[in-house]
Amino acid sequence: MRILVCVKRVPAVGSRINVTDDGQQVDTAHLGFTTSPHEECAVEEAAQIVEQLDGDEHAVVVLTLGPEASTEQLRYAASVGGNEFALVMAEGGLDWDPQRTAVAITSAVRELEAAGGQFDLILFGNESADGGNFQVGIRVAHALGRPIVNGIKGIDPHERGFTARRETDAGYEVYELEAPCALGVKEGINLPRYPTMKGRLASRKAQIQVLDCTADVDAGGQSRVRLHRPPERASTTVQLGDSAAAAPAVVDLLDELGVL
Amino acid sequence: MSDFPARADCVVIGAGIVGNCLVGHLSDLGWTDIVLLDKGPLPNPGGSTGHASNFIFPVDHSKEIVDLTVDSQHQYEALGLQNTCGGIEVARSPERMEEFRRRMTSATCWGIESKLLTVDEVVEMVPFIDSDVILGGFYTPSVSAVDSLETGTQMRRRATEAGHLQTFANTEVLDIETMAGANRPRISAVVTDRGRIECDTVAIACGVWSPKLAQMAGATIPLTPAVHQMVDVGPFDVLVETNQELAYPIVRDMDTFCYERQSAGSMEVGSYAHRPILHRVEDIPSNEEAALSPTEMPFTPDDFDEQLEQAIELMEFLGDGEIKYAINGLLSLTPDASPVLGPTPEVENLWSVAAVWVKEGPGVGRLMAEWMTYGYPRMTDPHGSDVTRFYPQDRNVIHIETRADEHFNKTYGIVHPREQWATRRNFTCGPAKARTDDLGAFYFEAGGWERPHWYESNADLVDRYGIEGRTHEWDARWWSPITDAEHLHLREHCGLVDISPFQVFEVSGPSVVPYIEKMVVNKCDLPVGRSIYTPVLTADGGFRSDLTIVRLSEDRFRIATGAFDGGRDEYWFRHNLPADGVHFENRTEALATYGVWGPNAIALLQTLTETDLSQKAFGYGQVRDALLSGIPVQMFRISYVGDAGFEIYCPTSAGLALWDAIAEAGREYSLRPVGAGVYGTTGRLEKGYRLMGAELESDYNPVEAGLARPRVKAADFIGKEAYLAAREAPLAAQLCVLRFESLRCAEGYDRFPMGAGNEPVLTPAGERIVDSHGRVSRVTTAGNAPSLGAYLAMAYLPPELAAAGTELSVMYQHEQYPVTVEATGANLALFDPHDSRMKA
Amino acid sequence: MSAVAVLIDHDRGVPSGGALEALTAARSLASDLNTDLVAVILGDGDLFDAHGADLVAACADYGAAVVHCGRHSFLADYGPDAWGTALAMFVEAAGPVAVVAAGTDRGAEAIAQLAARTDLPLVANCVNVSPASSLADAPSGPAGGDAWHITRIQWGGSLLEDVTLTSTLPLLTIAQHSIEAEPCEGGPVPAAVADFEPDLGPEVQQTLVRDRVTLAEGVTLSTAPVVVSGGRGVGSADGFAPLEELADLLGGRVGCSRAVTNNGWRSHADQVGQTGTRIAPEIYIACGISGAIQHWVGAMGSKNILAINIDPEANMVTKAGYAVIADLHEVVPAICDEIRRRRDRPS
Repeated sequence: MRILVCVKRVPAVGSRINVTDDGQQVDTAHLGFTTSPHEECAVEEAAQIVEQLDGDEHAVVVLTLGPEASTEQLRYAASVGGNEFALVMAEGGLDWDPQRTAVAITSAVRELEAAGGQFDLILFGNESADGGNFQVGIRVAHALGRPIVNGIKGIDPHERGFTARRETDAGYEVYELEAPCALGVKEGINLPRYPTMKGRLASRKAQIQVLDCTADVDAGGQSRVRLHRPPERASTTVQLGDSAAAAPAVVDLLDELGVL
Repeated sequence: MSDFPARADCVVIGAGIVGNCLVGHLSDLGWTDIVLLDKGPLPNPGGSTGHASNFIFPVDHSKEIVDLTVDSQHQYEALGLQNTCGGIEVARSPERMEEFRRRMTSATCWGIESKLLTVDEVVEMVPFIDSDVILGGFYTPSVSAVDSLETGTQMRRRATEAGHLQTFANTEVLDIETMAGANRPRISAVVTDRGRIECDTVAIACGVWSPKLAQMAGATIPLTPAVHQMVDVGPFDVLVETNQELAYPIVRDMDTFCYERQSAGSMEVGSYAHRPILHRVEDIPSNEEAALSPTEMPFTPDDFDEQLEQAIELMEFLGDGEIKYAINGLLSLTPDASPVLGPTPEVENLWSVAAVWVKEGPGVGRLMAEWMTYGYPRMTDPHGSDVTRFYPQDRNVIHIETRADEHFNKTYGIVHPREQWATRRNFTCGPAKARTDDLGAFYFEAGGWERPHWYESNADLVDRYGIEGRTHEWDARWWSPITDAEHLHLREHCGLVDISPFQVFEVSGPSVVPYIEKMVVNKCDLPVGRSIYTPVLTADGGFRSDLTIVRLSEDRFRIATGAFDGGRDEYWFRHNLPADGVHFENRTEALATYGVWGPNAIALLQTLTETDLSQKAFGYGQVRDALLSGIPVQMFRISYVGDAGFEIYCPTSAGLALWDAIAEAGREYSLRPVGAGVYGTTGRLEKGYRLMGAELESDYNPVEAGLARPRVKAADFIGKEAYLAAREAPLAAQLCVLRFESLRCAEGYDRFPMGAGNEPVLTPAGERIVDSHGRVSRVTTAGNAPSLGAYLAMAYLPPELAAAGTELSVMYQHEQYPVTVEATGANLALFDPHDSRMKA
Repeated sequence: MSAVAVLIDHDRGVPSGGALEALTAARSLASDLNTDLVAVILGDGDLFDAHGADLVAACADYGAAVVHCGRHSFLADYGPDAWGTALAMFVEAAGPVAVVAAGTDRGAEAIAQLAARTDLPLVANCVNVSPASSLADAPSGPAGGDAWHITRIQWGGSLLEDVTLTSTLPLLTIAQHSIEAEPCEGGPVPAAVADFEPDLGPEVQQTLVRDRVTLAEGVTLSTAPVVVSGGRGVGSADGFAPLEELADLLGGRVGCSRAVTNNGWRSHADQVGQTGTRIAPEIYIACGISGAIQHWVGAMGSKNILAINIDPEANMVTKAGYAVIADLHEVVPAICDEIRRRRDRPS
């Protein structure tokens, strides 16, 4: 089985996110980068699926679109179960609009499949941690003619395809997809492993294929004007009391939140 | 939550381990109106304390650091927040095994139980260490891990419950206001985002942020934020099944600069081996901006890969552990790796309490509280940590970063006591530098100055005087036989010494006499042209400094102090200036200073001047203006090396011409340039002269050092009361000169103790010697006495042992060498004890 | 007349809260554009028989002039392909000036499916939408030239992004909770019902909901809706008893801080934090936890946090949305008593 996981490099932010003076980007001067959390789970899920299979013809292929620095996320994926790696080189690609991103990834997937065969499953994160456009995976899957369901919190591979679970308020919905197909997964589907020390060291040797397929990709209709922080809220801690007499107020809160 | 105060006696900024411990101890010492502020939340405001690995290895080569560390361990223990698990340093190299012998020496000196371990013994204690990788270990059972956050909380609680402390977290300091003081600005208020607090005293305990806070007041705290990488790896069954936080000793893999510390089921692996990664204060994110905390910066894995490999070499199972947490943790590095404590030189009542590790935190809290309460600490002499030790040129960011960059990788390194800096050299040079360069001077740095330590041009003297080299590389490192040869040449002919790095101050004005009398022990109100050598005391009567003072005119005195002591002494003299009537001036940069000494010195100099230089006309200890080769100079008949001659002061602009004139005239008199190796060690030792920071520390008083004059002057002076008491009290220790009876080591060749402060004087049976005040006898200076054909040491001994002929031993590199007490009391000179040569 | 169309996302006939918010936002947009608001509801005959009237009435309450009911047997339950295809056919047939959906799982997914099928841009999680002035002036429809100015959320709301949207047919989702659902001031409008029958092929069946499972008993720490966690302040292993009781009463789980596992009071499996479990419950009740950053990292995904701590300056208290500044040993049993008291009270 070959599974493709599409991941995005995003800044590892604190509770306050600064924006560059020109308003075009998150100010990452103090920040490190990480893999967008849903996609970190997608890599883990792919690794778990492949690890359960017999034979060694299976592979988790990890693809990202972004600047050269995005190899950091591919190497991380290499340290937590990824086998093959592709960088769709796009300086500034982290801030591309979703249509443009989807077109570039679609052509990258076609290129990978032309060389290495069709992917049985393509995993996306439900949405990226930064842009949160909720559409790239769906656009790519549609362009490739594959069914996709988003919001997946459980995947079971079987003979013909995959059983996927999507969380609802009451429990979960079950979908049955035939391979080849795509799924958008959500954090909580698993607890991603951390890299082992050996895994980290081995990841340095991972071969990364660089794909240059973004030249003709046009910008989509959504265009950034600027990023900005919402107005600061004053200290928001609501003190419910300073003694056991606060209990009714606490229970009111629990009631309001619907957990009572 | 209490209302925000408008006034406080003391505001402490920073609620990390140090700030918290400081408020606890200030409260204990009777400070009743303290406010503690932190920008971050409690109990972890986001500074370096919050990510510390929290372990303590008590053995260090520095007495000051050991005193602070051991006191801290006692405090953690008393709070019930210490887990004593033991610790092993392991060696991969023969050099490290040698270093462990040095550590054993230090451990013996400080009375800390330690043991050298064979490979098998290491593996017995930590079975998962690969025995093929290591050569042995150094084990200290009292190594511990502590809870620094809870310690901080309890310290605050102690002060709060005493009613002495109000704490405000999540409160940002926006400004520190000063007002005009007598001589320097003084603290007036702290402005925060919650209001303004008028206050008398401010202590900055803000770790990596300290420079920024100091700058608000117009002061400097020289440190830079630097990265220490750390990962948490696990879980491992072998650790999980112990069901303990620390079942195994903490391991320091010294040659890879890494440590492995069990933390329940995981292992924390930290490193000081990666490339130095320095940050600027303004680059540190706020609590809100940081992904983890401000001082837990994003991990840069590429920098740590080599450490991962080395950790796996030592403990193979680590390779399969998951890296669950990885940070570039920020800590504070100063230009010389020591803390920055004490009063800032720029602003009165502004205190620096920074660059402190968790291992020293509570001790520093106590030390600083004593300093702020009594004017100087009582628990130990802090001169190595005193923030005023830095000169203005040491306080700029380039210097700080360059030196931090150089010493970061020495954190676990083997640092020679005489080791010299490689970077930031040649920034402060005497006027004759071009000449001393030509002479092949090997420079040591002295208070930032380039000071020739020996001259390669004198290499021919080594053969002439038959000086032998040193067999062991460690003993020979940063040393040359040329020094001994220069010494003998000076004793036979004469030598020219560049002593321009001397720190020279002048105080003047109508009130100068009472001022200078107040500052020092010995009487200064002498005839013009006379000089005095005198101790400077703390209020408690211990040494704060020793100085030479010359009366230049009725209302002007010149003060000369050591190249390393100028910063501390300048602070002290400025701090005590009266509101008016005395002017202070630092003349170091304006004056070049040379010394010419030896049997031929007077005759040589006489060829250059019409001033009669004979002892009869120009007696010892006198100062006169003169023309030397037509250059206006001040000549001061004095000697630190034990031979006749002069210190000669001239304007720096004439310094080169003066050097040339003396050198030219010296041809006839066999004059050679002579380095500071003679001036500072061999010559000094033969004469038994004491050195600040070695023999002279605040732990000892002039009576013990043999520097008490027969009479005490009538004028009041700082420390007088304590000094008078010490003169009446039975002696607890006396400074002695010891002669090594043999330097032969077990390997069959001679070794040469360093006198670096960590070599204990032991009974012949090898027992530590501790005086009735709890002070251990240790070598304060050691070195060759070429004219005596002896190797000497100085040390304080309890009175029952402080008698000529007492046989003792000195430990060096974990071997004992027999010594005999040669001299004690006021006159410690073994060479020319009646000073006939100096007064020739 | 070209209208602003709102996709009503519903689960077997019950509209989501987000759908009503989307209606509210779209009504205002329609007003800006001087055009009508219409709703689109997808279902099969049975669904409309059972819920159609209620759904139409709800849309009327919110000002929908026309409710377009797409009927097909493949729309009996949700399926992204089925909904996306049906929507595309609606757009083709009705020619709306904009299509709006809720930023819910289904709303976002279905409109993204529409966007993929039409290759139109989609702006997700909008909080403010200003149509191009020329559009407002030209009720006949978008001229295609001028851009819309939209503010949307990024980073889960930590940042806002101003974007321009250039499109022949703007597609939008409305960020959840960015607007309060408000029925029309003047009461329900008379809503016309217009049925349409999308032509759905069998290929859409693959992504239909195939089955449903009600959540099994016994939640895990990472999925529990309520996590009651204890820190050093709990004082002992036994001290967790009232926390266990509270968690049981709320169907939640007990967690703990690193100090607790270090002291051996609870197993590592219960540890919340960087090196333990990361959680995202509806409410996290942190008892006697100071809030070291390693712990915070594990807990910060919680939707609400209640800190119970004696120290008002504790990190956890300052970061929490709600706090009780008191001894957890008194407060937690009191909360348990209060819950039991209310539950015992006859309703």
